[in-house]
Amino acid sequence: MAALQLEGLARHYGERAALSDVSLSLDVGKTLVVFGPNGAGKTTLLRILATLLRPHAGNVSVLGKSLPEEGWAVRGRIGLLGHEPLLYRELTARENLRFHARLHGVGEERVQELLQAVAMTGRMNEPLRTLSRGMVQRVAVARATLHDPQLLLLDEPRANLDPAAIELIDPLVGAASERTRVISSHDPTGGLAEADVVLGLRAGRPALLRAACDVDPTEIAELYR
Amino acid sequence: MSAATGSPHGATPADAEAPPRGELTSGRAGAVTAKPPGMRTTVGVLLRKELLVELRTLESVPGMSLFAVTTFVVFHFALNRSSVDGDLAAGVLWVTLLFAAILGVNRLFVADADQGGFDGFLLAPVDRSALFVAKMLALLVYLVAFELVAIPAFALLLLGPPLGQALPGLLAVLALGDLGVAVIGTLVAALAVRTRARDLLGPLLALPLLVPIVIGGGRATSPLLTLNHPGALPGRWILTLALYDLVFGLIAYALFDFLLED
Repeated sequence: MAALQLEGLARHYGERAALSDVSLSLDVGKTLVVFGPNGAGKTTLLRILATLLRPHAGNVSVLGKSLPEEGWAVRGRIGLLGHEPLLYRELTARENLRFHARLHGVGEERVQELLQAVAMTGRMNEPLRTLSRGMVQRVAVARATLHDPQLLLLDEPRANLDPAAIELIDPLVGAASERTRVISSHDPTGGLAEADVVLGLRAGRPALLRAACDVDPTEIAELYR
Repeated sequence: MSAATGSPHGATPADAEAPPRGELTSGRAGAVTAKPPGMRTTVGVLLRKELLVELRTLESVPGMSLFAVTTFVVFHFALNRSSVDGDLAAGVLWVTLLFAAILGVNRLFVADADQGGFDGFLLAPVDRSALFVAKMLALLVYLVAFELVAIPAFALLLLGPPLGQALPGLLAVLALGDLGVAVIGTLVAALAVRTRARDLLGPLLALPLLVPIVIGGGRATSPLLTLNHPGALPGRWILTLALYDLVFGLIAYALFDFLLED
């Protein structure tokens, strides 16, 4: 069963094409890792899959629902971890998670469970603006997984995290989570180790699309030259 | 490469039977029961967050109150009069309230736009109109809160007739005026906040739409603030304000979802 099905996906910002002619399929439970230099279209792709941007051409199916027409049906089944933590700086970690939990109809016990999972119970009552970027990223991981999403969209999820924090978040967003994942990465070795399928983008166009076992890290490095 | 497929592995039986929404289970933490909240719950959650952020930052209400009091002081000296009444009093009051309200309107969606609150909300399985209702109610709360400072300050610094005689009628007119400002302000703020010139675009769009409220509010208030001749509430202007609120309420409710679309 395909969790993602893209056919000829395109998206423009004014005259500039951010994504052109992207077609792929990803099975449920598998991981797609997207590589590409800055501005290649990785974030745009994640935002389209998250229903936050409309595709301008092509067909997009996420978790069996066609976007943008049936976007309402997959919201709440997707967890997005982007560059922005999607958290309010003036609220505490706990208040932020409770806010998102209520919007997703998730109980308070899940908030507490995730605060423990990302080791933030000690600082959970401090405003987010007083926390380090790594701590905010841990809270953002908890926010993205609060509602137990079936599809995780992760934009460089380990950014700002030290090795201990990476170990903490791995059960939630790593391979052990057993969720379908789309990960944007700049780390050829680490990214390739996680991938079932690799997509390399250059100027919005697919320059590499293959099963991860058939991809050599040098091919990924080539995308950045 | 454009039409290649990337499905090198098949789905496992467990994958193919992903649990339906509402019975999701977390691989790490056990069962998670998720039931999307209804409209009232969503509005309550959003409104509570809104007021909590305002209480922490004090970005809107104190600024609006200070602006109103300062403007009354400026009018006091600019008009070179110790007191005003009738049309002039109503005009000074409503123009000041309008410009002070614009400060609140401009701040209404800033935290959401700058800190990703929009995206966080749009990812949730909730009715998007709830955001409009919650923001409108929040703005209404800010307007009432700042008027608790502004109206006594107006009475103290400028108003000739005693405030007591006008208060019941004035509260009724203010309630209708505030409702209109909250509805139009929320709509305009949502429209402007995603543009680069939001600080300019917000007032430019809001002011023309709010002029009828200033006219209606001023006309309805004028007889209440007339020295020695307190008049009754002019029903025609009250009705005009109520109709204007209703029409824009419906327009805003119908349009708001589209404003959140990319």
